[in-house]
Amino acid sequence: MSNREYTPYVLVLPAWVWLALFFVVPIGGMLSLSLTTGDVITGFQQSFEVGNYVDAVSTYWEQIVRSLFYGACATVLCVVIGYPMAYWIAFRGGTHKSTYLLLILLPFFVSFVLRTISWRFLLADNGVLLGPLKSIGLIPADLAVLNSSPAVILGLAYNFLPFMVLPIYAVLERMDARIVEAAHDLYAGRIQAFLRVILPVSLPGVFAGVLMTFIPTSSDYINSSVLGGTHNTMIGNVIQTQYLVNNNYPIASAITFVLMGLLLVGIFSYARALGTERVMEVHT
Amino acid sequence: MTKSFRSGSETVTAVTGVDLAIAEGEFFSLLGPSGCGKTTTMRMIAGFEEPTGGVVRLDGRDVTGVPAHHRDVNMVFQSYALFPHMSVADNVAFGLRRRGVDKAQIRSRVAEMLDLVELGHRGKHRPSQLSGGQQQRVALARALVNQPGALLLDEPLGALDLKLRQSMQVELKRIQREVGITFVYVTHDQGEALTMSDRIAVMNRGGVEQLGTPAEIYEHPATRFVADFIGTSNLLTGTVGGRTDAGTWRVEVGDGATALAAELPDGAEAGAEVHLTVRPEKVRISVDEPEGAVSRLPGTVTETVYLGSATHYQVDIGSDQRITVYQQNTSGSGLVAERGERVWLSWTPDHSYALTD
Repeated sequence: MSNREYTPYVLVLPAWVWLALFFVVPIGGMLSLSLTTGDVITGFQQSFEVGNYVDAVSTYWEQIVRSLFYGACATVLCVVIGYPMAYWIAFRGGTHKSTYLLLILLPFFVSFVLRTISWRFLLADNGVLLGPLKSIGLIPADLAVLNSSPAVILGLAYNFLPFMVLPIYAVLERMDARIVEAAHDLYAGRIQAFLRVILPVSLPGVFAGVLMTFIPTSSDYINSSVLGGTHNTMIGNVIQTQYLVNNNYPIASAITFVLMGLLLVGIFSYARALGTERVMEVHT
Repeated sequence: MTKSFRSGSETVTAVTGVDLAIAEGEFFSLLGPSGCGKTTTMRMIAGFEEPTGGVVRLDGRDVTGVPAHHRDVNMVFQSYALFPHMSVADNVAFGLRRRGVDKAQIRSRVAEMLDLVELGHRGKHRPSQLSGGQQQRVALARALVNQPGALLLDEPLGALDLKLRQSMQVELKRIQREVGITFVYVTHDQGEALTMSDRIAVMNRGGVEQLGTPAEIYEHPATRFVADFIGTSNLLTGTVGGRTDAGTWRVEVGDGATALAAELPDGAEAGAEVHLTVRPEKVRISVDEPEGAVSRLPGTVTETVYLGSATHYQVDIGSDQRITVYQQNTSGSGLVAERGERVWLSWTPDHSYALTD
């Protein structure tokens, strides 16, 4: 082989080394850890204890289901809020598109935890949002949003909205404006043109956005610990507690793999469902 | 029709005073350089732009202000604008479906139309799996299947290579004859317009310069712009002299040389400055002075280009004027004259037109 043939392999080598060192090795280590028994003081012995998984699922199934539910709610909220935002910026943003995009990204310049904590002030029982509404009697005086599921879901949707807006925007922005004109030319009104052409053509962006919001939201633990109180813990909180507080590494690893497995299965079935030939049109 | 665009505080007028009546079943071309307003004119017919002044009538009905999806015209876009997420058949069926045509009829009309553009076997493919020429034909089928009152084509062959473009020209003309629908064709390519059109409107700076059949426009250009834009033309500047016994006008074109014009433009008389046009293939080049009632100009050959079937000559006739001559190589004797030789140029009076503008 000549040098030329080696070149691509040489170029890809650092990436492979990186992945092997920081992804494959730790994953292998954690997989092995999830099958051990013992504790921090006496040490963990490899005993291929599959019971860890049974324990993890039977003890924490509630948090697992809640995490997937919160993640799904936040993702749906992000699509509902994010699609119109992306659409508006792409088609109506004119010369200020990059300004609007910067505005969407602006919150990222503030720490994730700080941003989440600030929602405690927004949603406080007599805070800037609920206080005035309560004083004019629009909502009952004892209504509390903080430390509830809606608070967590709102927080998640807020924190991950840009991950939904950006991929949808990227697809809409690239879209050939002529195909929308072609739809109008072929007797489609605004709604038909949107449903038959713009929406289906932008689905890859929605697909990417859903992945980029659903995965981090369903495994997040900051929002539930800051905004959710004690009764709305997600699986991320459990993993964090088991690792850092209880030092129960085998159970923590087992839960991690359960979560990963569920997300992978979810993603693949989602990809298959959307990847099928035709979503909107029926073949003649 | 008039169309102005506002850009910031400036108002740009793209089309002004365009008044066209296009006959049913006609192949009509809007021809002009980029920025001449031809595409804007077409987009006003389609309903993508509204005229700032004037009206658009389709089949006698005023459709000004009617949105595109309620107009009985369809468009073939320059970039084709096929729906990338649909099969070829679904693309073609799109318009029929929106109009609620029943399924069995959609299927047969789509199949029939795909056969007409010779893509019957490609119905299930995605547009991205087809070549440029095939995508072009899908775009045509998608518009034609709706049997519109008029089909608008916006530089549809612009993206194709030369060979394909030439065969598509013939193809388009065939299809137009078969379906009998009015075609309004926008192009900057004069060859395309001359080949296919029944009538051509030559546009420049937002207005129509000349309207006529391809032969009229080529043989009798009405303005200097048309003479220059359509094909190659020699433009000579001269002063109108007297009339000859045969009734033609003498035009003095510098250095005492005289050309003849059959007619003068309206308003021009003896002493007026006019421009004479003559096509390069109408000019004869000879070493000996020609006889008869022809324009006769002496000159010096400055350039010869041998092209096999023909030879192109550049001849300097003095006072900074040059004439291009295309001479068919029929005798096989090679060049009539070499570079630097003195020659005579001649053409009959009916081959040159005097223009004031």
